[in-house]
Amino acid sequence: MIEVRNLTHIYSEGLPHESVALDDVNFTIADGSFVGIIGHTGSGKSTLLQHLNGLLKPSSGTIVIDGTDITDSHTKMLDIRKKVGLVFQYPEYQLFEETVAKDVAFGPGNLGLPQEEIDARVRRSIELVGLDYEAVKDVSPFELSGGQKRRVAIAGVLAMEPEVLVLDEPTAGLNPKAHYDILDMVQEIHEREKNITIFVSHNMNDIARMSDQVLVIDKGRLAMDGTPQEVFAREEELKAMGLALPDAAEIVSQLRKKGMELPAGCLSVEEAADAIAAALKK
Amino acid sequence: MIRDITLGQFYPGNSVIHRLDPRIKIIATLLYIVALFVVKDFAGFIAPFVLLEAVIILSKVPRRYIWRGLRPVLIIIAFTLAINLFMVRGEVLWQLGFLHITREGVHTAVFMGIRLVLLIIGSTMLTLTTRPIGLTDGIEALLSPFKKIGLPAHELAMMMTIALRFIPTLLEETDKIIKAQQARGADFESGNLFRRAKALIPILVPLFISAFRIAQDLAMAMEARCYGGNVKRTRMNAMKFARRDLIAAILFCLFLAIVVAQRVLM
Amino acid sequence: MEFVRVENLIFDYMKTDEGGAPVATRAIDGVSFCVEKGSFTAIIGQNGSGKSTLAKNLNGLLVPTEGEITIDGLDTSDPANIWNVRQKVAMVFQNPDNQIVSAIVEDDVAFGPENLGIDPAEIRQRVDAALEGVEMGDYKDKAPHLLSGGQKQRIAIAGAIAMQPECIVFDEPTAMLDPRGRSEVLKIALDLNRRGMTVIFITHFMEEAACADHVIVMDGGKLRMEGTPRDIFAREEELKALNLDVPAAVQLASQLRARGVDLPDSILTAEELVDALTQPVPAEAAEEVSS
Repeated sequence: MIEVRNLTHIYSEGLPHESVALDDVNFTIADGSFVGIIGHTGSGKSTLLQHLNGLLKPSSGTIVIDGTDITDSHTKMLDIRKKVGLVFQYPEYQLFEETVAKDVAFGPGNLGLPQEEIDARVRRSIELVGLDYEAVKDVSPFELSGGQKRRVAIAGVLAMEPEVLVLDEPTAGLNPKAHYDILDMVQEIHEREKNITIFVSHNMNDIARMSDQVLVIDKGRLAMDGTPQEVFAREEELKAMGLALPDAAEIVSQLRKKGMELPAGCLSVEEAADAIAAALKK
Repeated sequence: MIRDITLGQFYPGNSVIHRLDPRIKIIATLLYIVALFVVKDFAGFIAPFVLLEAVIILSKVPRRYIWRGLRPVLIIIAFTLAINLFMVRGEVLWQLGFLHITREGVHTAVFMGIRLVLLIIGSTMLTLTTRPIGLTDGIEALLSPFKKIGLPAHELAMMMTIALRFIPTLLEETDKIIKAQQARGADFESGNLFRRAKALIPILVPLFISAFRIAQDLAMAMEARCYGGNVKRTRMNAMKFARRDLIAAILFCLFLAIVVAQRVLM
Repeated sequence: MEFVRVENLIFDYMKTDEGGAPVATRAIDGVSFCVEKGSFTAIIGQNGSGKSTLAKNLNGLLVPTEGEITIDGLDTSDPANIWNVRQKVAMVFQNPDNQIVSAIVEDDVAFGPENLGIDPAEIRQRVDAALEGVEMGDYKDKAPHLLSGGQKQRIAIAGAIAMQPECIVFDEPTAMLDPRGRSEVLKIALDLNRRGMTVIFITHFMEEAACADHVIVMDGGKLRMEGTPRDIFAREEELKALNLDVPAAVQLASQLRARGVDLPDSILTAEELVDALTQPVPAEAAEEVSS
């Protein structure tokens, strides 16, 4: 379980150009949840993610993960990194080793694990991201395709076996097929590992389809916290923040405004199609 | 934060100093630095100080901004001070073990400190009041007499333009890579020198790859915009030597004369 | 009138194998099409389909290995035409950071016209007009690295406009942007097109391709489909086979048809779908639905 309490982060505190990036953020994430975070560029999402694995320290407030306060200065950095794995945007840009296997081994190696354990984890995480271990282990990561590079980079974080996996826009810059492939992979890992998965996305269809819980960040504050149905029901507020509805929900909303009687909470194309077909048959 | 670095950054404005011909500003800055080394006693710093004050006031650049640019180089200043403070031999004022501070040491440290601060602020004023393009055009113009002996003046200036543009981008990139490797448990802060140097590899390799990618993209983008060296290029802001430049040049010569006179006569 | 003519284009990248011998990799394999002056053409296809290589062939950054490309009648493989071709066809690239040359916004916009040897006073006018055109006039003295991705991309577009080209090729300009940046860039491209600019827009967002007059689908270096967005997106199965998608409104419409709702074939946008579903149902059809 993750408990974030009164989390505030101020950049350049005390200087003339100080700015509040996070302002008294509170939320709880239950074990095994899949959480989507939405918000504008510059809303404070990235700052929040970097707090979750201790890359940034809060100006005030606490983050407790399974009973460990990671904001406590006595908590060891490596313990935090073991608990929370953070996959940055365009993670393929951090690859640096000669071979895929060596690159994936970087994280577990930093944890000081015995060599056999490292090797086992490398194999396991490369397979977890859907690559053929034997085929890729000795290949240079730079010779792989864009989508494969990203998988290797994600494997590098998975190899640390974090209890919480955080992904910042895991599909940024990918075309439709690679986009769905990566999301399916993330979903599969989540189901297999039963860990907490948190992902940031600008794509409301993905957020609605995949999340159990949605957090909306606006101007450094937690504006909403609820199920996709609850969050996307607040259309006016979302639009005021410059955020959109899932495509199907947008069409349903326009139809309702034109007087068609449709139930609330249709987020996917299938749900919308069922509801519209049913309404037309009445 | 990396974004706070103002060293080498331009402060938009339309003051007299901003409008001076970049060539004048570059030559003046170089001679001003030479002048700082001509000075041999504290009284000699009065003229450079007055000149710098005048430039700051005329330029209308907020002092806060200038100080912020100074911050990243504070370490260098502190280091210089410490070296001088402890290394210069002479009349001992204070001693602890092998460390001793001498009267001459204090004198040299303060003297060097003033010189360094005047030097850094002086050259910062050049970049703060001159558009990067003006700066590189100015350097190109000043170097062009050497084209005859094969110096690629235009290419050097273009390289500088691009460097000034991409330093912040690469710094941001570095920041991102460091954080990403830290998230994979990388430790850059502990261990001996060898371990620390080795710990830099996961940063340097991705950074080099990034730099090459940028270079490739940029070359493509420049070609697409019809860049073909300096064959027929024109400039939006062509440099013109105006009356204010003449006045500035005369005033600056006066300053040089004062510095030299002070050194020779006092 | 046709502006771009691509005939039997073949493009090979030369790489060296482990022994150092040159090996050709075919990126584009026999592609032909035309782009009408003043049209808005979208090119879609997955990574590695050859769409980006195609884009770079359109203004002479790359020249055909075989086949011919003419821009307004000029052959791009003739070195004598190169500056003319690049002035006529400007380009905006994917990465907003890596195409801005200068550390000050307006100096960057001036870069193209300066290279063309335009008179300083006219450059000034063009730069101001181009920046106003992308609504970035207030940012002319700013440093590009302090701007958002969408703003940087608008600067890059201004840099293209300032060269007064007849056509702008956008090579996945929205791939690295957030939704706000994406819609800004698309809006500017549509605006330019409305004022007469020929636009070639490469994208993997189907909603963006739906705004075009003409869509070209690339796969494996070949041109697989070509037509109006309505024609193309009606072929949902074929697109899926090419690992591509259709806009959400098209998906919803086809699912509704599968559930027995009578809808016209031509639905492309959310507005059209909403209109088709809410317009008064003809008496005959209404009976059918109610029975």
